[in-house]
Amino acid sequence: MGGLFSAYAWSKVWGFRMGFLTGLGNTLLTALLGILLALALGLVFGLMETGRIRGLRVIAGIYIEFIQNTPILLQMCFIYYALAFSGHSIGIVPTGIIALGIYHGAYMAEVFHAGIGSIPKGQFEAAQSQGFTYMESMRYVILPQTIKIILPPMVNQVVNLFKNTSCLYIVGGMDLISVTYSFVTGEKTGGAYSPAYLLCGVLFFLMCYPLSRLATSWEMRLKRKEMAAAVTAAKAA
Amino acid sequence: MSDIAIKMEMVNKSFGDLHVLKDVNLEVKKGEKLVIIGPSGSGKSTTVRCMNFLEKPTSGKVSIDGELMTEKNCRRIIREKISMVFQQFNLYPHLTVLKNLTLAPMKLHGISKGQAEETAYHYLDVVGLRDKADVYPIALSGGQQQRIAIARALCVKTPIILFDEPTSALDPETIQEVLDVMVRLAKEDNITMVVVTHEMGFAKQVADRIVFMEDGRIIEEGTPEHFFTHPDSPRVQEFLGKIIR
Repeated sequence: MGGLFSAYAWSKVWGFRMGFLTGLGNTLLTALLGILLALALGLVFGLMETGRIRGLRVIAGIYIEFIQNTPILLQMCFIYYALAFSGHSIGIVPTGIIALGIYHGAYMAEVFHAGIGSIPKGQFEAAQSQGFTYMESMRYVILPQTIKIILPPMVNQVVNLFKNTSCLYIVGGMDLISVTYSFVTGEKTGGAYSPAYLLCGVLFFLMCYPLSRLATSWEMRLKRKEMAAAVTAAKAA
Repeated sequence: MSDIAIKMEMVNKSFGDLHVLKDVNLEVKKGEKLVIIGPSGSGKSTTVRCMNFLEKPTSGKVSIDGELMTEKNCRRIIREKISMVFQQFNLYPHLTVLKNLTLAPMKLHGISKGQAEETAYHYLDVVGLRDKADVYPIALSGGQQQRIAIARALCVKTPIILFDEPTSALDPETIQEVLDVMVRLAKEDNITMVVVTHEMGFAKQVADRIVFMEDGRIIEEGTPEHFFTHPDSPRVQEFLGKIIR
């Protein structure tokens, strides 16, 4: 029982399909909203870290360092239990969204910071000399130029965020990993380890792999566009 | 209304321990074509960069059109009054030439797309590059990029244009096409031009007044005629002797 080639084990998994789908749905919901939060936090703190106001730089630095140097499991427990015991229980999916958003937001901030830092000073000066404010310069001139630089590390974070939904297990989540684990260890459902974990892995792969591919092809397209422009330039010269 | 476009009073600028500008006093009249010359490291670029607050003076005052420039009002003053052309062109590489020209008019001056593009094509004609409207800056030579940068400065219709060594980064064979555009521009009476350059021929041809800087100070100023025939300071004579052969 539980073997990869046991028809009985697979039929058990099939019987539990709604459970897996629920887990998948929760993981997707947590991840997608978590990504939005991480992007928003990353942009805000990345800009704070890059900006000229020292107080904001310090705040951004503290956030980034603190989050990056403590385990996400701890952060998740803290958000879930600290709030639950203070009588403000927010539920597991919101906990996941907030915890993953804050955790990956710290890394996204570094991604934005590095992207902005790679743009030549002359671009900031050109925008400033036309009368653009700092935020307008970012929006119209700087950030659009960072896209092809920040895209690969950003998708990397998105994929990691998907995988890190598994940390919700620590607070008894209903995400894909937690559901799989309770299935294989459950008193009534238990057993079918190999098929269940294999299915779980395949589902994660199906979520993450297309994202990686999408990022690669987007990056290639931008590079091709640049190459084409460079070729035109070489011909004109 | 004052007839002074730019006024610098006792402007000092330090970068850390490096004292770059020392008590600079300078007035530029409306419509005047002022050329700043001097050896490298003399503070010429810093002087023009203080005029549009790309560098904030450590002390002293900068007034534009009679209005004292401050941290608070500098955006508005820049938007309405001052454009800049850089040594490295600094066109926006992610935008086509046309969009480089229409970005500020549309986003900052509230001008409609149609109107902004009409103006852009007009100034592309002025710099002779209408056929490059839809290409990206990377596809242009240095001289062409700088002519586009000049068109970009013209599109916002500011009365003052600052040029910070506009030909210093160019291949020798493209310098002239940029200078030609600037000479034509200098014929416009209502544009105030401040040009930092090493092109003495250009200075002689278009300057109403030349300022010579050295070691963060203005050493001498006067008409081109005065400068190129009988400058007072031996330092200016020596400099011109080296640069004009």
